[in-house]
Amino acid sequence: MERVDAYPTHEYQGFKLRPGKPFPFGATFVPGGVNFSIYSSHATSCTLALFNKGEAQPKIEIPFPDEFRIGDVFAMTVFGLDYENIEYGYRMEGPFDPQQGHRFDPSKILLDPYAKAISGRDVWGKPPNWENIFPHRSLLVFDDFDWDDDRPLEIPMEDLVIYEMHVRSFTRHPSSGVKFPGTFAGIRQKLPYLKELGVNCIELMPIYEFDEFENSRTSPETGETLMNYWGYSTVGFFAPKSGLAATGKLGMQVDELKALVKDLHRNGIEVFLDVVFNHTAEGNENGPYISFKGIDNKTYYMLTPEGYYFNFSGTGNTLNCNNPVVRNIVLDCLRYWASEYHIDGFRFDLASILGRDPLGYPLSNPPLLESLAFDPILAKCKLIAEAWDAGGLYQVGSFPAYGRWAEWNGKYRDGLRRFLKGEPGLAGDIAQRLQGSPDLYASRGPTASINFITCHDGFTLYDLVSYNDKHNEANGEGNRDGANDNDSWNCGWEGPSTDPGINSMRIRQMKNAAAMLLVSQGVPMILMGDEVARTQNGNNNTYCQDNSLNWLDWNLMNSQSELFRFFKNCIKFRLAHPVFRNRWHLSNQDRIGSGYADISWHGTQAWNADWSGSSRLLAFMLNGKHARGGMVEDDDIYMAMNMHWDSQWFELPRLPEGKNWHVFANTSAPSPEDVWETGHEPLLENQNGILLGDRSVVILVGK
Amino acid sequence: MAFSVTSKILEDGTAELSLVGELDASVANEFKVAVEKAAAEKAKKLVLNMKDLEFMSSAGLRVLVFAKQKMGSDVDIYVIAAQEAVRDTIEMTGFHHSVIMQDEYSAI
Repeated sequence: MERVDAYPTHEYQGFKLRPGKPFPFGATFVPGGVNFSIYSSHATSCTLALFNKGEAQPKIEIPFPDEFRIGDVFAMTVFGLDYENIEYGYRMEGPFDPQQGHRFDPSKILLDPYAKAISGRDVWGKPPNWENIFPHRSLLVFDDFDWDDDRPLEIPMEDLVIYEMHVRSFTRHPSSGVKFPGTFAGIRQKLPYLKELGVNCIELMPIYEFDEFENSRTSPETGETLMNYWGYSTVGFFAPKSGLAATGKLGMQVDELKALVKDLHRNGIEVFLDVVFNHTAEGNENGPYISFKGIDNKTYYMLTPEGYYFNFSGTGNTLNCNNPVVRNIVLDCLRYWASEYHIDGFRFDLASILGRDPLGYPLSNPPLLESLAFDPILAKCKLIAEAWDAGGLYQVGSFPAYGRWAEWNGKYRDGLRRFLKGEPGLAGDIAQRLQGSPDLYASRGPTASINFITCHDGFTLYDLVSYNDKHNEANGEGNRDGANDNDSWNCGWEGPSTDPGINSMRIRQMKNAAAMLLVSQGVPMILMGDEVARTQNGNNNTYCQDNSLNWLDWNLMNSQSELFRFFKNCIKFRLAHPVFRNRWHLSNQDRIGSGYADISWHGTQAWNADWSGSSRLLAFMLNGKHARGGMVEDDDIYMAMNMHWDSQWFELPRLPEGKNWHVFANTSAPSPEDVWETGHEPLLENQNGILLGDRSVVILVGK
Repeated sequence: MAFSVTSKILEDGTAELSLVGELDASVANEFKVAVEKAAAEKAKKLVLNMKDLEFMSSAGLRVLVFAKQKMGSDVDIYVIAAQEAVRDTIEMTGFHHSVIMQDEYSAI
């Protein structure tokens, strides 16, 4: 029998129509046609504009008949469309009364907030036609990708090693040698590199459609075009950025990204997305109409009582995340990415904004964060907050977690940096950080802590040990942009140096950082390129640089192979030893009768750590019998960190009968004796003690 | 160059389609009809000769996906002698996992 609900009941200028289904929102294929559904709490009427691909004017504009509106939802099925050749948008009528929060303008054609693909910036950096009346156009997307037996990997949080990367930066440099530089396809070609490094999760900086030309300008310093390069400014939440796909010009960015996720999963690598829900690309009252502003400004944005835009994001506007309507679109969006793209986790940019009420006050029990934490589709996704915003809310350690949320641990970054550069009195702080910050996450466990020393914001690791001050002149803002408190130390000379002593100290400091990061309880995150000493020439805010300041130079794989090997071996070492990857905090006691506490603290004398205000060193021992709360047995580990400018003799704690200390890493030893392969660590000659060179760390394995 | 598709059914039940020219949204339906015909004749294999196919758009790829769905998982689809641009498109979108890509047809 043929379906009767698939027949048109209405007609408009030759187009056959039928009242649509309100659910799901967006454009959906139905038998014989496409169902268009969009809502607005304040619009008085709505018109669907259909374009043939790339044409300047719509081929037809179909007003939604009154009887096609249910509640605030306009829904219509249009039959007989040429799916492959359609771009669509909406015109919305309603009041223009900024003081009341309304900015309706029916002269604008607006992007569907639920658009699953968006045309208009198909090829990265190709100057757009500024006369286009509808620059970011919604496209129809098929859900016919063949995933075979793929699904999100569900690697336990404590076993992750995250690698933060920008899609374009990873392979755009000519040295990458990939066929399609700067794209999703490019990452796929570099899978062997990621496998060799050993990370099991990549976190992609924004890949939702954004406009690289937003606020683009010419640098007064270099004459180059400065762009919205990083992409922390969303145009469409459901669409992958076309310009990051080699097939974007063919409209196949959806397939290309899915193919990447599928291949990463086949190789045991999870995919996290850095998602930006705190603001959009529409700016403030002077910004463009793209979508939300013209569809329902008052609902989507946080507005002052006078109708101006709140600016907690530092970028012009603030999405009104705890309005129930906006909350739902965020939830719909994440569910879509988790189910349709098999995304394993999300990192929320300036997440503290998501916990503010519509007037900007922090909520004690923010409904959005709660719904995400308890959502059945997101149940196995990792949720990670950047637990602060640009409006002064700083929630590291206090972000509303609901047993789910992890945080970028800014205190880990700050503490480790200061300890590394040799500041005194940090032993106590470092002890907390290396244990997964139990002082911050007592009840949440170490996996609440995403440990990082560097991330896309701020210095790279090489720059952290090569610059005292930021050098952001290339950004064209007189070096005023970017953070001033970097806790960095240049090892004696600002910038590149020919002094072998300085250069070897820098390498050592980078190894020290890697070693500390990769033995810490919690979840380590490595910034793309730190494993090969990538530099941004001291620029700590390269958000606008589409050039070698951001692009990973693959020649570094040769010149920095020593550092790469150190990182690689440390990652393997971490993944081989469950004693570093506890689900719950260490107790500093012996609760299983092993004769040793799970973790014990030491100094130049065994069993006697120096917690004083002048201390620049610390050592600890992890007892392998306590690994994973005593569920598995591992080797014992001893690590000594000497951030003093003099060498120090460390007395070693005695191992149980039959076990001996073996050397895994010693950052003051020349390569290749700086680090060993897991399982092939040589016996330490003197089992009673070890001399640590200045600013160096040693890791021993007791077995 | 104008698109054309010619099809023949070999004695062993293999359907062979030769695609020529540029396969975009305006002509994708011709390809689809040919696939439907092969499916209707219960072809045991589908061999797509792409030697002279210069371009394939998203619509063309969608017909490939359609072919896989329509023919069923026990019918192997061979993509033969695809030119570089077409091969790139198939590979970047991950569809090469679903078909057998060969330079010259040789049944497996």
